[in-house]
Amino acid sequence: MAKASGKSFLGRFGVHIAVLFFVVLWTIPTLGILVSSLRDKDQIIASGWWNSFAGSVQTENGRLPPASAQQEKDGKFVIEGNLFEQPGAREIRAFGTRAVAPTEFEAGTVAELKDGATLQINADGSFVLASPTAFEGERGQRVYFAASAPARFTTENYEAVLFSEGIGRSFINSLTVTIPATVIPIMIAAFAAYALAWMRFPGRALIIATIIGLLVVPLQMALIPLLQLYNGVALFFGVPSKTYLGIWLAHTGFGLPFAIYLLRSYMAGLPRELMESARIDGASDFEIFVKIVLPLSFPVLASFAIFQFLWVWNDLLVAMVFLGSGADQLVLTGKLNALLGSRGGDWEILTTSAFVTIIVPLIVFFSLQRYFVRGLLAGSVKGG
Amino acid sequence: MAGQIFSAILVIIVGVGGCVAYFWGANKTLDLVFPSRGVSGGTAVDNLRRQAMIRPWLFIGPAMIILIVYLIYPVVQTLYLSFHDRAGESFVGLGNYAWAFGDREFRNSILNNLLWLLVVPAACTFLGLIIAVLTDRIWWGTIAKSLIFLPLAISFVGASVIWKFIYEFRGADQVQIGLLNAVVRFFGGDPQVWISLPFWNNFFLMAILIWIQTGFAMVILSAALRGIPDETIEAAVIDGASPFQIFWKIMVPQIWGTIAVVWTTITILVLKVFDIVLTMTNGQWNSQVLANLMFDWMFRGGGDFGRGATIAIIIMLAVLPIMVWNIRQANKETGGH
Repeated sequence: MAKASGKSFLGRFGVHIAVLFFVVLWTIPTLGILVSSLRDKDQIIASGWWNSFAGSVQTENGRLPPASAQQEKDGKFVIEGNLFEQPGAREIRAFGTRAVAPTEFEAGTVAELKDGATLQINADGSFVLASPTAFEGERGQRVYFAASAPARFTTENYEAVLFSEGIGRSFINSLTVTIPATVIPIMIAAFAAYALAWMRFPGRALIIATIIGLLVVPLQMALIPLLQLYNGVALFFGVPSKTYLGIWLAHTGFGLPFAIYLLRSYMAGLPRELMESARIDGASDFEIFVKIVLPLSFPVLASFAIFQFLWVWNDLLVAMVFLGSGADQLVLTGKLNALLGSRGGDWEILTTSAFVTIIVPLIVFFSLQRYFVRGLLAGSVKGG
Repeated sequence: MAGQIFSAILVIIVGVGGCVAYFWGANKTLDLVFPSRGVSGGTAVDNLRRQAMIRPWLFIGPAMIILIVYLIYPVVQTLYLSFHDRAGESFVGLGNYAWAFGDREFRNSILNNLLWLLVVPAACTFLGLIIAVLTDRIWWGTIAKSLIFLPLAISFVGASVIWKFIYEFRGADQVQIGLLNAVVRFFGGDPQVWISLPFWNNFFLMAILIWIQTGFAMVILSAALRGIPDETIEAAVIDGASPFQIFWKIMVPQIWGTIAVVWTTITILVLKVFDIVLTMTNGQWNSQVLANLMFDWMFRGGGDFGRGATIAIIIMLAVLPIMVWNIRQANKETGGH
């Protein structure tokens, strides 16, 4: 395309800034869950993920050593020590002795406690508790403090969701649903598409029109009758109504109109001479299809496979209707939806699970983007 | 679990093998029943004609059976059910439709769906067009497009989690870990529970779909823009047209057909939007939409198939004009050659 505008430096600069703005806006949401999924779970709630490299400030509490640790110095009773096992690893910002005011005093200042006692806690964690009278009791003074923690990144969240939250199992279930539901429609659609593109028979135009009509039929129209049908079949044969076979066939049915439409328009565009010369050589339609059309159609088959894979992997509705909600049948999207209910505020679980569910589509998408875009263009520019 | 993986692999083998066996076997049988070789000329011609009559149906048969069972029969049955009671047994006439238009939640869904239809396709198409035009001018445009395109691969549920994290609300005295509330706080505003603000929450849910679908609009429109002949634009430049004039008066009219396609495709998607509403609010706080309401009635209180079917029919009615238009377009194309 001609660079019609933006010839001035300012104009070009503006275009770069505008695109950068959109890219940042579109990338930040995904980046947020990726970064959060790798953070320590206490830090996720202590600071926004955009601050995660700066470390975070957490309010904690602890007890000072008991009275037995006191020493007498200059007529005062003193307990000294450090709050941290490794002094200097973290930094105290503020401290306090009451739960209602955990950060009452700044680090380094001397706080007046009751009965003339004083407490000083320094930034490095060292403390001095002093009193004119002797300390008593088994339990030390309760202290609260806000300490900064260095940024901590971990893969613990992934271990947790994969092995104890059931995401790992759902991952397998998703694969179980997706792969057959992607492979089965391709063959069925390819034969039908060839017939509709290159064979002459009565009713062909009507069938093509029907398929184009079915392209836009909302899934919602099919759900209730199919649910009834499945329940009826299950009752009749005494088998469960929610099975993998059921969902494979359902996804095949829902994917077929687009598959046939996409493959037919591609096959119809193949050169006519190719078919005719093969026919003159005595090849039957079956041979022409298998030996000439199928190999030539590889790009469009790949396009459809990617579409169907992404659509089935990302589907929630069909899975919720045709599969059970037990661990053995719950797919990733369904599991994520369930976790949103049961683990609503546990962002370390949610962000990590979300990332596990989107990682496969992202890999497929990035490695096969060329085919994906081609399918998108073929599928929609002509009217779907 | 191992058994499950095994059975999945088995299904692929049986499924693919079955398809191969069917197509190959059916063809072979046809050739045997009506042989075209090794018979007298007249019979061979007759048999070839018979083969040509039957073979297309062998090719298209499995697809037709599946389409009839999984799409055509259900469409008819849904229409039938929408005139019947919750169990689909007794005829209630237009009772379900009368119920629907009297139901507060249903009317709320219709209004919300209209709002979605008004905002989402327009926003996606507009943003997609702007981004397509801009990225075509810079050297890193392909990378930029890839990144904006990326959300299209993410499931609606995954996207909902991503955005729920952005909309996360925590008490006014706490650190805000949701990006939106942090930004609001930064500019001195009060943090809000965005997804439970009636009316406005619709827009926060729409943002998710716009985020996903803009990449789709961008890719299609970008391809269409590249199809505009260079000379057209060069001529406009020579005539002294400004960039905005070129955009609105030359580029947009040239790709009008593609814009319409993108618009209608997203419109259909919007009518079916379900996952986002289910996972974000499940229709609470006046954010219900038809597709989620329909799902709700399918299972609510053991399921009311009559009402569920009625809502499905209403979604279908909204899609119908687009369907008719598509079929007409396609007929025009195939009629041409």
